Amino acid sequence: MDKPIIQITDANFWYGAKQALFDVNVSIMPHQTTAFIGPSGCGKSTLLRCLNRMNDLILGTRVTGRIAFNDHDVNAPDVDVIELRKQIGMVFQKSNPFPKSVFDNVAYGLRIQGMTDKTELETRVVKSLKKAALWEEVKDRLHESALMMSGGQQQRLCIARAIAVEPEIILMDEPCSALDPTATAKIEELIQDLEKDYTIIIVTHNMQQAARCSDYTAFFYLGRLIEFDATNKIFTNPTNKQTEDYVTGRFG
Amino acid sequence: MTILRAKGYDWRSTAFHAVTLAATALIVLAVIVIIGDIVWHGAKQVSWHFVTGGTKEGMFDAKTAGVFPMIFGTLALVLLMTVGVVPVGVITAVYLTEYAKSLSPITRIIRSAINNLAGVPSIVFGLFGLGFFVQFVGGGLDQMFYGGELHYRKPALIWAAATMAIMTLPVVIVATEEALRAVPNGLREASLALGATKLKTIWKIVLPEALPGVLTGAILAVGRGAGEVAPIMFTGAAYYLAHLPTNWTDQFMHLGYHVFVLSTQSPDIERTKPILYGSVLVLLLVTFLLNLTGVLVRAKIRSRLRHG
Repeated sequence: MDKPIIQITDANFWYGAKQALFDVNVSIMPHQTTAFIGPSGCGKSTLLRCLNRMNDLILGTRVTGRIAFNDHDVNAPDVDVIELRKQIGMVFQKSNPFPKSVFDNVAYGLRIQGMTDKTELETRVVKSLKKAALWEEVKDRLHESALMMSGGQQQRLCIARAIAVEPEIILMDEPCSALDPTATAKIEELIQDLEKDYTIIIVTHNMQQAARCSDYTAFFYLGRLIEFDATNKIFTNPTNKQTEDYVTGRFG
Repeated sequence: MTILRAKGYDWRSTAFHAVTLAATALIVLAVIVIIGDIVWHGAKQVSWHFVTGGTKEGMFDAKTAGVFPMIFGTLALVLLMTVGVVPVGVITAVYLTEYAKSLSPITRIIRSAINNLAGVPSIVFGLFGLGFFVQFVGGGLDQMFYGGELHYRKPALIWAAATMAIMTLPVVIVATEEALRAVPNGLREASLALGATKLKTIWKIVLPEALPGVLTGAILAVGRGAGEVAPIMFTGAAYYLAHLPTNWTDQFMHLGYHVFVLSTQSPDIERTKPILYGSVLVLLLVTFLLNLTGVLVRAKIRSRLRHG
């Protein structure tokens, strides 16, 4: 078995005085898809945002324990958070393309890193759009505004934008919660393709989605990790009664 | 079918409707009377000669007087003021929305200071400009660079523009702050999550998105700046000048101040009345054209933002 790419050890997290995570331990395996599931407010998104330190943006948050990415604590004082976020990309719940053209959206991350060569940019943009299964739909309108696209296309554009900077990990925070079933199916298919090149961690409210596209599933409840195992096991033969109740839809 | 029958005439609703209508009619009427009166009396005076001519043959003679120097001075003042107020206002707004902790007492004090600045009567700004810019800054510059020789310690275009910029600063700050707050947080997060620094996020994503709002602030500032007289009376506007200003240390003539001069200093009020009306009409037109330019630029930027 591979070494975990992310190793979370005894993670606790506070928003001000309110504790949101309690002694969480999770190992994320490379080139696997891990789903975080659980009812609203269980801390799954909070944990996800600890991994690329997006919680730094919220005033008064505090984290303890160790979150190691390739054996390096992401909260260590010597970590460059900019560098960290280049390696751990993120796709958000609400698709958030920039009010720029399709091309400029995907090129954004590369340009801010200082890439100016036109052909190099073009190659990377095309490659990312292809990987995000969007190329065929947008190849004739690369210079039209991204805001003119459908919701599902916008979300895949956000995935392409994240891919463009070639991260190792892609975090997805309920990427389909605002999409219709067809668009959702496309994204799920995409997730399975992306697994070859990236490690994916997806937060989802949708049980079937977790079952369909993840290899491992972590079930959270009230800020604690209740069960973490192979997805197959979680959905067919969970150890914990709460997990069973949740995945079978008896509560949540 | 008793339910469907009306319970009598609802005179309260009708009366209230009438009151709202009357209140609106009052302001509409006021605007019509003001604009109508000015256009009616002013249109006869406004000619090509009036707009392009100067005051060489006397400023109180309706047949020969022109207002070109005043138009020139007004535009120069507004331009200099805008160049000063927009960057400072935008940077302040960026600090307040993107960097300052919004709940800290210091931020709250700064915000209320800005709001108070907006409420200060314009004549106070005029006196402030005289004391601070002309005497203190101007005097300081003369001491430092000209050995006390008089260059900057006098009313000048630059000091009038600076005073006007301070006065319109709150307008730009408030409008920009509003525009910055309207930028969805998701865009900031998306940029940061791609490894952009905060500076790059503000510069490449937040500010371009807020640009139309910034322009709204600039338009409001220009609208206020073009018409105010009190702040420039002591800081740069002149009663009469034979020549156009060629340097920002020169004094200048101004449409608003000219109107004030015509209505208070004229030896024969009946003879100068047409010039007075004409000047007011030109002032309105200049303000309108400045605003129109701003609105058109803003519309252009908006459509570029939307369509990539």
